[in-house]
Amino acid sequence: MDETLAPKKAGGVFSRADQLFKPVPLLGYLFGFFACVIWEQFIGDGLASVLGLPKMPVLFGLVTIFKVLAGIVSLLIKGNAFDWTTLVHIPAAVAYFFVVYLAPLTLVARATANLANGIARALQKFPLIVSALIQLGLMYSILHIWAEMSDYRLITLKLTLVAVLFTLSLNIINGYMGEFSCSHPGFMAIGAYMSSLFTVGLFANDKVLGEAVFTFSGAYLTFPLALLFGGLMASLGALIIAIPSFKTRGDYLAIISLAFLFIVKSFFENMQALGGSRGIAGQPDWSTLPVIFITVAFGVWMINNFVTSTMGKALNAVRDDETAAEAMTVNTRKTKMTAFMFGAFWAGVAGGLLAHVLRYVNPAMFSIQKLAEVLAMVYFGGLNSVYGSIVGAVSISLLGEALRPLEILKWIVIPLLLILVMIYRPTGLIAFKEFDTRQVFGPKEMD
Amino acid sequence: MTLQFLMQNLVNALQWGSFYALIALGYSMVYSILMLFNFAHGDIFMVGAYIGLGVATGLLALFGTGASAILPGWVLLVFTILISMFLTAFVGIIVERVGYRPLRDAPRASAAITGLMIGIILETGNILFLGGQRLKFPQLIESVTYNIGGVYVTNKKIMIVLVSLSLMLALHQLITRSKWGMAMRAMAYDYVVVPLVGVPLNRIAAMTFAIGSALAAAAGILFGLAYPVLDPYMGVSFGWKAFVAAILGGRGSIMGACIAGFMLGFIEIMTVPAIQIVNRLFSLNIGSNLRDLIAYSIVLIILIFRPHGLFGQAYSAKLRL
Repeated sequence: MDETLAPKKAGGVFSRADQLFKPVPLLGYLFGFFACVIWEQFIGDGLASVLGLPKMPVLFGLVTIFKVLAGIVSLLIKGNAFDWTTLVHIPAAVAYFFVVYLAPLTLVARATANLANGIARALQKFPLIVSALIQLGLMYSILHIWAEMSDYRLITLKLTLVAVLFTLSLNIINGYMGEFSCSHPGFMAIGAYMSSLFTVGLFANDKVLGEAVFTFSGAYLTFPLALLFGGLMASLGALIIAIPSFKTRGDYLAIISLAFLFIVKSFFENMQALGGSRGIAGQPDWSTLPVIFITVAFGVWMINNFVTSTMGKALNAVRDDETAAEAMTVNTRKTKMTAFMFGAFWAGVAGGLLAHVLRYVNPAMFSIQKLAEVLAMVYFGGLNSVYGSIVGAVSISLLGEALRPLEILKWIVIPLLLILVMIYRPTGLIAFKEFDTRQVFGPKEMD
Repeated sequence: MTLQFLMQNLVNALQWGSFYALIALGYSMVYSILMLFNFAHGDIFMVGAYIGLGVATGLLALFGTGASAILPGWVLLVFTILISMFLTAFVGIIVERVGYRPLRDAPRASAAITGLMIGIILETGNILFLGGQRLKFPQLIESVTYNIGGVYVTNKKIMIVLVSLSLMLALHQLITRSKWGMAMRAMAYDYVVVPLVGVPLNRIAAMTFAIGSALAAAAGILFGLAYPVLDPYMGVSFGWKAFVAAILGGRGSIMGACIAGFMLGFIEIMTVPAIQIVNRLFSLNIGSNLRDLIAYSIVLIILIFRPHGLFGQAYSAKLRL
């Protein structure tokens, strides 16, 4: 064969690593993560004290590193005293990350690649759902063990999962349908309020909503109903946006949705029956990690099915050229209405989960800031992509938590990062990428 | 419920509407040329108000206050407005250079995100440098109240309305009479072809941002005179409402933005007496803090029936989404 036609030799450490990890399927990585969290259970505390860290790093050592950096920044800006001995924490946190996460993950994932591929191939003989359930179960146990180590991890994980569902539901409208909808925090508010109305009104004693109507053990089994109720009410609210969208597109729809957000917020602020601007508190603690994980996994699955279905393709057709779509027998009205109501439904469900994670809900939670946050997640991760929304929501949430020690400076670092992403990748990190469940859960075939 | 009461509210609405109109102009001008909304504009209004505060404090320190004043207050006010407009124009130019020029061919939503993020950076920067507490705007002119047939009008209100109207008129002259204005109008007509015949797109875009920001700064100073407490988040609610006004007027329509700005002011101010009248007529007890809800419902209804705003035209060209 001619020299020039031969495949280029892999050079550089990254492409070599890429080659090395190409045959590792999702299951292999799950084995790797499982090893990490078990490993951390055993050596986490001990290793932290050996490395001289005050306590076990909670978020992969990121918070520890930024805490030290924040100390330096406050020394530079305000002249506050800075304990230079804490500088050791940076290499210590990095070492911790290497020993506890990176090394076991890569070693186990690579070592079990063949085994994992074999299992995944064996599972292919069964329906996809079996393989998916087994791998999701493994994923859940990893998250469970990881989150068990501290309350902070648990709440961060819960909020991140809720953010994933919320971001994905907005991506249906902003990414797949190509409208700039600003109303999503409004849908979330409706979902949060309505599911709280359901749970607090029926099953809890509350100053605003009165005594519990029902008291029986196992009332938490009605939580799916509460979420469903919240989601359905949110999708009813979406009709207010969906119907004008028949005639209007682009900026005017953006304004209509923005006006809708203001109206919803103002409505809840003025509804004294729902607690006015103080909102509702005392939701029962039903948003446990398994509940959230199952709901979010189910939501991601449903949304993925929706966007890859004929209806999802119709959404893309409406985005790219409405007239042409209409000519190609796409029922644009039905498509738009379905997309808005479907997106709003999942936003409402996310709102219901959020209200029960935080165990309070008030109108101030659903402001322009929330809108900016979720838009940032969608556009950072990537439009028109389930992967993108997951990546965007997880990375912005984690970044927000990791940068927390920087306090106010966090709100300069995150926007700057987003501006850079927008300049260099205007559609987001992972845009327009199909999320093929069969490929994700299946084995990685080697050539 | 007397006529005086309504007239009093009308005067307040005129003042309130002039803030909206001045800010909405900035949105509308940028939109008409670049087909983008500058979501940082509300925060530029905030920056303008703070720059005005700095300039006014500086001028007062230089030229004295009260009896020892070298120059009368209104001269200082004119200088404050002019200097702050000039300085804030540069903020606008920087925002355009950093956040919008690199994204001119990107999807419009990406530019919206950078705008939002620049807004957050401006707010945070303010908190970082000024500590986040509310600051008091120095009173450059003495407040005098006139009683015209039972309606109380302060000299500040008259001045605010007059200054904003004259700024709008000046803008109108600039756009319709000058060569730069002609270039802007041409660019608004077609910003792909017009640069091909030698109109400098970058310079015109920067100038549009500069003019819009200068108007926002004027609005900020006038706001500071009327409501002399500034806080870093004042631009958020104000900016979004002015954005609504800009859309309501019809995107890219300068005249529409002015009229819709005043209209939004009227709707917001007038809902309170309207609710009182309704309450009295039907002996109801509706809270007057339903203002936002009613104002935005009216906006929503207007947009449902006039989807392109009051003075906007339906674009036949495909939008870059």
